[in-house]
Amino acid sequence: MAQEYRVLLEYADKINPASAADYINVGGYKGLEKARGMERKALIEEVKKSGLRGRGGAGFNAGMKWSFVPQDAPVKYVVCNLDEGEPGTYKDRIICQKNAQALLEGMAICGAAIGSSQGYIYCRGEYPFVVDLLRRAIESAKAEGALGDFDIEVRMGAGAYVCGEETALIESIEGHRGEPRFKPPFPGVEGLWGVPTVVNNVETFACLPYILTRGAEWFAGIGAPKYPGTKIVTLTGDVVNTTWFEVPTDMTLREVIFELGGGVKNGKKFKAVQVGGTSGAFIPEANLDCPIDFDSMGNIGAALGSGAVLVLDETRDIVDVVTRISKFFEHESCGKCNPCREGTFRCREIMERINNGNGSEKDIENLQVLSKVMQKAALCGLGQAAPIPIDSTIKHFKHEYLRKLVVTSGKGGH
Amino acid sequence: MANYVDIIELYRGKKGGIIEAFHALQNEFNYIPEEALGLAAKTFGISEAEAYGVATFYSYLSVKPRGKYIIRMCESAPCHIAGADRVVKAIEDYLGINVGETTADGKFTFELCECIGQCQATPVVTINSEPVFNVSPEQIPEILSACK
Repeated sequence: MAQEYRVLLEYADKINPASAADYINVGGYKGLEKARGMERKALIEEVKKSGLRGRGGAGFNAGMKWSFVPQDAPVKYVVCNLDEGEPGTYKDRIICQKNAQALLEGMAICGAAIGSSQGYIYCRGEYPFVVDLLRRAIESAKAEGALGDFDIEVRMGAGAYVCGEETALIESIEGHRGEPRFKPPFPGVEGLWGVPTVVNNVETFACLPYILTRGAEWFAGIGAPKYPGTKIVTLTGDVVNTTWFEVPTDMTLREVIFELGGGVKNGKKFKAVQVGGTSGAFIPEANLDCPIDFDSMGNIGAALGSGAVLVLDETRDIVDVVTRISKFFEHESCGKCNPCREGTFRCREIMERINNGNGSEKDIENLQVLSKVMQKAALCGLGQAAPIPIDSTIKHFKHEYLRKLVVTSGKGGH
Repeated sequence: MANYVDIIELYRGKKGGIIEAFHALQNEFNYIPEEALGLAAKTFGISEAEAYGVATFYSYLSVKPRGKYIIRMCESAPCHIAGADRVVKAIEDYLGINVGETTADGKFTFELCECIGQCQATPVVTINSEPVFNVSPEQIPEILSACK
């Protein structure tokens, strides 16, 4: 029987997340103490050795990212991405509501590694109560002297999915429209207000205290060797237990959905699961024995992404769900680059036509061409990932598209 | 009611603080009044056009007056499959307005939104950012009549 493995959420609901004293009582801020006693280079090496990879979706080695920051820059920033906007995702909210101090400690550890004394948390505008909680948590940590000379400021977004992209997030902290920047330069070299900046996800930061206290080897030994550690997944849709779990990264999708999740609701059969949020691929039953780690998911043409797990039962209309998703991307496209601005518009237009029963096979072909263009030519991850739900469902559930097409030559239709 | 001049003044000197100032203005007025937007632009040293560009980029900011209660219905995939469409209809029927409109008495504004990160209890509606969970169309009159 598959089981949860709680590291970040071990003390969920047992401690007050705003209280630094509570956190210190269960071993908190020991990691930061250790980090501050280490040479910067050795600290970055330790994080590299743990194999910790970004939990926001890109899966980049965290220590490696830090190593790109020029040592001699006088001012550097640590930025936490708490703009989780992937529909179906609420893991970062849970981390804050259960263990906010671990996030603060993780950011301070990063500060020690890159030589920064200022952190920013960019929290999505949908979570004003998390902003309040974090501000109280920072106050409490300061009152305990836990953060030393490292300061953290919380900034609130205002409802823009694209701000989850790190350079758009930086633009937003600077008070601008949240439009992504061209890369390079990467934020590690030229980020917030033009200075070297590390942007990591909440979950990535929150792993750090445990890596420091228990050791890189301990962390590297959990779950999948190439994407070690735990992952917090959030189950939504037609699954019995619509809740969150912290699991080792070598757990399979089938175990997540059928063992922890309790299977499909109301005794119905499984049809598909979309993993990683609304930009993720739809996965058919045949691929459910895939482990959830970054690389294994990539091998089946999917992505772990944020760890959202949206389950659809046998009665769900895939084309209708994907049409709704295409509206999401049209709404959230920032409009800066043409492939995304026009592409998300056309995707939505064609998906609606098919969903309304007025589509043709040519529409499906056009979607596939458009998808290729967007994946290659869009400026940021939003436009690159937007066609993936369409692409993956045409691949695995083409019959659902075909049965909605206008019957012309005897092909398609019912 | 606080003066918009005083509100903006609180954020003067805060690097990139115009969005924070906009949030504070909205907390007071439920939208960003035109004269406040102009003053914010001046305070943060940017053109009014640029400030307007920022205010209209973000879906939670509004340059048009809104009601005392901003009702938002999440339309993202998890809420969509949980029946968001029927809840939207129930809200429109109860309030007698369409999505994007404000009731004549200035009490309610109804907006659609994307995922608000409460997907353990779909479909979700928010009332001034406070989430209401597992909403059914039948509950809408009770939920909205509680807004005084």
